[in-house]
Amino acid sequence: MSDTFFTKAPHWEWLIILYFFIGGIAGGSYFLAALLDLWDEPEDRPVARLGYYVAFVGIVLSGLLLTVDLNRPERFWHMLIMSEHGWPMFKYWSPMSVGSWAVLVFCAFAFLSALSALEEEGRVRWPLLGTLRRGVPGVLLAVLGGLCGFFVAGYTGVLLSVTNRPIWADTNLLGVLFLLSGASTAAAALILLGRWRGVGAAAVQWLSWLDSRALVLELVVLIALVVSLGSVARVWLNAWGILLVIGVVLTGILLPLTLHARPHWLGNLSVPAGAALVLIGGFLLRVVVVLSAQGV
Amino acid sequence: MAEPMGFYTDTTVCIGCKACEVACKEWNQLPATHGGENTLSGDSYDNTRRLDGIHWRHVKFIEQFSEDRSQGRWLMMSDVCKHCVRAGCLEVCPTGAIIRTEFDTVVIQSDVCNGCRACIAACPFGVIEVNPVSNTAQKCTLCYDRLQVGLEPACSKACPTDSIQFGPISELRERAQRRAQQLHGQGETRAYLYGADENMLGGLNSFYLLVDKPEVYGLPSNPQLPTRHLVWSSVFSAVGAAVLGLFGLLGLRKRRMDALAAQGEAKGPA
Repeated sequence: MSDTFFTKAPHWEWLIILYFFIGGIAGGSYFLAALLDLWDEPEDRPVARLGYYVAFVGIVLSGLLLTVDLNRPERFWHMLIMSEHGWPMFKYWSPMSVGSWAVLVFCAFAFLSALSALEEEGRVRWPLLGTLRRGVPGVLLAVLGGLCGFFVAGYTGVLLSVTNRPIWADTNLLGVLFLLSGASTAAAALILLGRWRGVGAAAVQWLSWLDSRALVLELVVLIALVVSLGSVARVWLNAWGILLVIGVVLTGILLPLTLHARPHWLGNLSVPAGAALVLIGGFLLRVVVVLSAQGV
Repeated sequence: MAEPMGFYTDTTVCIGCKACEVACKEWNQLPATHGGENTLSGDSYDNTRRLDGIHWRHVKFIEQFSEDRSQGRWLMMSDVCKHCVRAGCLEVCPTGAIIRTEFDTVVIQSDVCNGCRACIAACPFGVIEVNPVSNTAQKCTLCYDRLQVGLEPACSKACPTDSIQFGPISELRERAQRRAQQLHGQGETRAYLYGADENMLGGLNSFYLLVDKPEVYGLPSNPQLPTRHLVWSSVFSAVGAAVLGLFGLLGLRKRRMDALAAQGEAKGPA
């Protein structure tokens, strides 16, 4: 019997599930927007800007969710500053320590990029922001911010593994799973929101193409994860396992992949329907991973 | 630094009186369970059920009886934080609330903890929980306040059979080895020490003499540090990020090639 069954659950529940979902979308959106930024096609500008807005709103919401989830929310800053000395508090071997700084730094990146996007649209008058879209500053912001975003999307899975809880600490693949899911849910969110923002068809096509690749990778990693759990996988021989198969694999991965391959099934609705299913599946993945371990 | 201090608990002389539970609760002013309501656990004489934020000592009762009840024994063990030399809780704590004291014990500073609960998930023994009064994670402090004024912890002071012994770890280990050998000599060959050497998390500064498998006592047989997953989890994530980034660029390149090809066709042959 795995030694992980002798541990206590940390009661990370709905607030944390929401954070994992929204944080993944925020990080993934910034990464996608940064890629488009660096590729620099004029037709992609609306999607890139949308990605930065989603990233900023998402990371602010994430910060709020994390703070409210603490048992002592007014002490959230203790993760960043040593409460007794005032020096920075940072432990590179603790995912939660690194993650709290990553959320803060990513928030700054997302804020700058969102502000720059607003200036590009003419909603903010501050020409200096234009320098953040060009030359070396532009490349630096996109690359560093994109990496930071990807880190935020993936570190949460690593954080779960750096515990001693069943499922979480019985595999090394949660980090990459959450990262892939974050990227695919971000692409799906941008596809859906793009419909209201007048995003170009070429951009949506690229998002859809990339989403389908991310979904395949996600399925491969999920299967590898279940295999890596060994006998601990029996934790999922119940309703959680059913939700995983039907809600995550069927609804969230296989159905969207089928719609991508057979777009004529739902015509114009194929792409947005596929995106909606990806979002549902991504959310349910986090529900299953977090709550199934909680109950053991 | 003062030398490592801790507990050696000889479970073979525990009588299950729970003086340790009472002394711990009194000294640390922990609230009563369910507001003092008298509830039965249905689990032998176990009244506290588990270690948590308001139970820092937990006496376990394991009844081992044959079918016809002609053969039997009780295993009684006062469970507590193991004060691991390599402590998982200390590793993951993001606020620095969890510290190692000059006595080599592990203490959660309640004025620093913000209740993120990472330590709860990290402890391989399931020791830590949130205390609903302070809303911070709390556990046995090995009576750090008493140690600092030269007193011994409340539980070991109260223990009437000296099942719980407090002292320098080196001395306790010698004593425990002699006791294990004595028991072997008397025919109790199942007796062994749990956590008395560096093999288990660098050594437990609260180690035990047990007479059955660890799982029987609700203890993990091979507890590990949570950071054992840090490197490979991070490596896999980084690889995943690189692959996805590559796919992203490939997709954009493919789109550009297709667009150029379409333009070329539209213009017609040169």
